[in-house]
Amino acid sequence: MSHTATLTTSISATNHGAPAVEVSNLRKEFVRRDRRPGRPRKRRVPALVDVSLRIERAECVAILGQNGSGKSTLVRLLSTLLLGDGGTARVFGYDVFSEPRPVRRLINRVSVEASFFKKMSSVENLSYAARFYGIPASETRTRIPMILERVGFPLDRRNESMENLSRGMQQKVALARALLTSPVLLLLDEPTTGLDPRSKLEVQNFIREIRTTHDATILLCTHDLAEAEALADRVGILDRGELLALEPAAKLKERYGASDLEEAFFSATGRSFELEENNDDDWRQ
Amino acid sequence: MPGSAATVRAELIGLGGIIERNAYLVKRYALWEVAFFVWTVANTLTIVFIAEGVEASGGSLDVNRQTTILLIGAVIWAYLGIIFEILTETVAWERWEGTIEYTFMAPLSRSVHLFGMGIFAVVYGVARAGLLFGVIAFFFDLEMPQANFVAALVVLGVSSVSFIGIGMMTAVLPLISPEKGTQLGFIAQGMLLVVSGVYYSVDVLPEPMQWLATISPATYALEGIRDAILEGTGVSDLWSQLWPLVVIGAISIPLGLAVFRRGELYAKQHGKLKRSG
Ligand SMILES: Nc1ncnc2c1ncn2[C@@H]1O[C@H](COP(=O)(O)OP(=O)(O)O)[C@@H](O)[C@H]1O
Ligand SMILES: [Mg+2]
Repeated sequence: MSHTATLTTSISATNHGAPAVEVSNLRKEFVRRDRRPGRPRKRRVPALVDVSLRIERAECVAILGQNGSGKSTLVRLLSTLLLGDGGTARVFGYDVFSEPRPVRRLINRVSVEASFFKKMSSVENLSYAARFYGIPASETRTRIPMILERVGFPLDRRNESMENLSRGMQQKVALARALLTSPVLLLLDEPTTGLDPRSKLEVQNFIREIRTTHDATILLCTHDLAEAEALADRVGILDRGELLALEPAAKLKERYGASDLEEAFFSATGRSFELEENNDDDWRQ
Repeated sequence: MPGSAATVRAELIGLGGIIERNAYLVKRYALWEVAFFVWTVANTLTIVFIAEGVEASGGSLDVNRQTTILLIGAVIWAYLGIIFEILTETVAWERWEGTIEYTFMAPLSRSVHLFGMGIFAVVYGVARAGLLFGVIAFFFDLEMPQANFVAALVVLGVSSVSFIGIGMMTAVLPLISPEKGTQLGFIAQGMLLVVSGVYYSVDVLPEPMQWLATISPATYALEGIRDAILEGTGVSDLWSQLWPLVVIGAISIPLGLAVFRRGELYAKQHGKLKRSG
């Protein structure tokens, strides 16, 4: 069975002509407890501030942002896992807040943490997950090994429990889980963060391969500048919950008169782009 | 309509997926399951020995009958524990493993998801309760000449509908209170049983607790099962226990689903689905 065949069935469930993602003035705040004396005990901290963006079908858009900038919040809102505090978000024409069911059928996601039942094997984790999307055992029996092989997972380890697998391998299984359901919109939330250089490259190559073999739309959140530039048609800069720009990397550099994305990021945000060690949301203190 | 037939098919496959996943977990944690069963046996023994203990210290009672009454109470306690644990703990467990977001973003409807958990809990719980009952009865060499086990199972089955409904309400607790939600589930289990005459007749309870007993499904479950096992009462004569169970079941399932849905909305509004921000 070919992946393209299953992909087309999903696409037919999308609203004709609607863009893959259409977000306008989207806002999300969280209530944070603060134990420091002299401050209000609870305060609302903004995670997304009036974000608007549009992603066309089959496009790959990368969102660059440091830790705490709101990338995961955006992905969670689009995955129907959070409710917004203002604005709208549509996936293939369906409102993610009021029509979550059709949206769920069209999307899948890979996040930083691999998120599996650790004592279960990769095949077991993938099998039950596929059922939630209505895929029967008769189909997964052949498709799971096939997809695992495609993402470069060593098939002889498919019955080993997840906890024995390296981070890189777990992340490949996470990719396989997302692809298994033939999503038309793939939400990748820092899929390569924390991976060793080789696994990172493999995952990136695989994302590139998905782009050429499927016409799936990809939203890639990352804090890896090179990854964003190499994989995406357009790059957005998300800073403190605000989307400052969203255009092809070349245009972005041109706009800020920068020689590379790091410089462009600095010009846009007024701060240098630091990796990993940047603590969650220091900027709010 | 082919569209809705496809949806029903997808939901049924999803229901199977929930059961399949729980079966994998039982298999992968088999040793733990055995240890947990041994613990339940030990726990049950401490209660069931009470009848012999009372006799040894000079009390006069029908030890065989009293032991059976205690055994039924202890088995129901353990059964209810399993139902609540599977419903509540799996949500908590999924939060801990981080899979919860993947489960909640899947197109499977929440009611089918929760029913799947309920069905698994009942199948697993009945098998475990049967085994527990058998092991302890064998241990004490209990005689139950009149016992109507089929009728007892029918009562247990009908009461399980209510237990699942209540379990759905407690399952939402880990979503709302990530830290203490599971413990609140245990509290609910204890409260339910204390008013339901788990090791004694509800007549001994103070007035307000007796009132609570009339709305607790466990009261009717315990009464019906004791009648079936001690007196050999058949299904047709257990109607006075069965109809309240049917009524409570018919209320608690939709209520349980509604409570869970509200809890899920709350969790999605406040970002509580995930363990950490
Ligand atoms: N569930 C949550 N509860 C409370 N605060 C949250 C939650 N999720 C995110 N936040 C806060 O919102 C901001 C954006 O977080 P996030 O979207 O995770 O950023 P990123 O993915 O870019 O690192 C951060 O300040 C974070 O602490
Ligand atoms: Mg993040």
